Amino acid sequence: MTGLLPDVATILPTLLGGLQISLTLTFFSLLFGLPLGLLFSFGVTARNRAFRYVSVFFVEVGRGAPALVLLQLMYYGLPNVEITLSSLASACLALVWTTAAYTAELIRGGIQAVPAGEIEGSDALGMSVGDRLRFIEIPQGLRIALPSLMGFAVLLFQATSLAYTVAVPELMSQAYSTGSSTFKYLPAFIAAGMLYAAISVPATWLSVLAEKRLSRHL
Amino acid sequence: MLQAIALGLPLTLLVTVLSLGLGTVLALPLVAGLRSGNRAVWLLTRGIVDLLRGIPPVVWLFILYYGVSLGTLRMSALQAAVLGLGLVSSAYLAEIFRGAIGSVHRGQWEASSALGFRGGTAWGRVIGPQAWRTAIPAYTAYGIGLLKDSSIASTIGVAEIVFFSNQYARQSGEGIMVFFIAAGVYILLSMPLGMLSRHLDTKLRKAVAR
Repeated sequence: MTGLLPDVATILPTLLGGLQISLTLTFFSLLFGLPLGLLFSFGVTARNRAFRYVSVFFVEVGRGAPALVLLQLMYYGLPNVEITLSSLASACLALVWTTAAYTAELIRGGIQAVPAGEIEGSDALGMSVGDRLRFIEIPQGLRIALPSLMGFAVLLFQATSLAYTVAVPELMSQAYSTGSSTFKYLPAFIAAGMLYAAISVPATWLSVLAEKRLSRHL
Repeated sequence: MLQAIALGLPLTLLVTVLSLGLGTVLALPLVAGLRSGNRAVWLLTRGIVDLLRGIPPVVWLFILYYGVSLGTLRMSALQAAVLGLGLVSSAYLAEIFRGAIGSVHRGQWEASSALGFRGGTAWGRVIGPQAWRTAIPAYTAYGIGLLKDSSIASTIGVAEIVFFSNQYARQSGEGIMVFFIAAGVYILLSMPLGMLSRHLDTKLRKAVAR
């Protein structure tokens, strides 16, 4: 056990580049996944059949299949249909899918929680459906869904650790290569764990805080 | 291709069931700690729960599988997977149980003590059943999540569904079908669990509905 802490301290700074890639992956998955999630949240109840079926397919498969399966599907599967993406792009695509599927349900829950009086009010004012969505339902629904969306973002950040299986040089894969080249597996993985925790623990507190603040008036 | 997935099915189920069981047992002391009035005990438990949840499961699995050794003794991949996923589950389940216990009305505690029930009886006959009823939807939802998380065990070489699918994809070069089927199997497996959960929920709700 001697020398564990110094080892962790030496390895920790070398992993920061990997952490940056993990965060970038999280950021782009949210950037593209959230708008798609909003789209699917309307899609799953849409009257247009084609739109509904496509949305239900993406939401059900994205939520039902493990993120790891989607990652490998994109990385090993897409070349079968003549699409070859870099490992980072294919990991991003898989996580965008996961994000869109989970957030679609969270956003739908938020929008359904908008009080019926608000909808009646906008009808009474003669608002068009588009205006009602834009000014009444979506802003209030997203506000209600915010704490759970923040909670999901933390889980997504943790899920980026699976991207190491498709050769993305993120935090986990850097820790693994440090471990296997120096045989200091334990310090390397402890350092990686500390970096993951340093981001996700405070972020979780933030989402709990947001939940408390937003439910203050309820 | 189907054979590859069928070969992995038993270990997927085994890892899920064992780690859910382990997580449930380990969650109980954590719940006690989270409800403790002793500030030091509470802080320690809070720290453990946050750390277990704050570090991705794959990191726990790697720490246990590659990092931990007693002399020359090392954990098998299956042991590391069950222990790692069980530890992570215990933290999530502790939060679920804590919330469920908190939702039992204060009056139930007061009534138990008014009837002269001791702690064991109050927990076993009054608070426990009511809290369990509240916890069931979240508990089964977590179980379904864990079924999917069990795929992470493939990263340390547990021969479950994703492990075999991956092997097949590399050998045959037909990745797209095998992973779509694997995805379908996970969805099929979680559907009966979801139905069971809804069935239990409505049944238990009816039992208390007035």
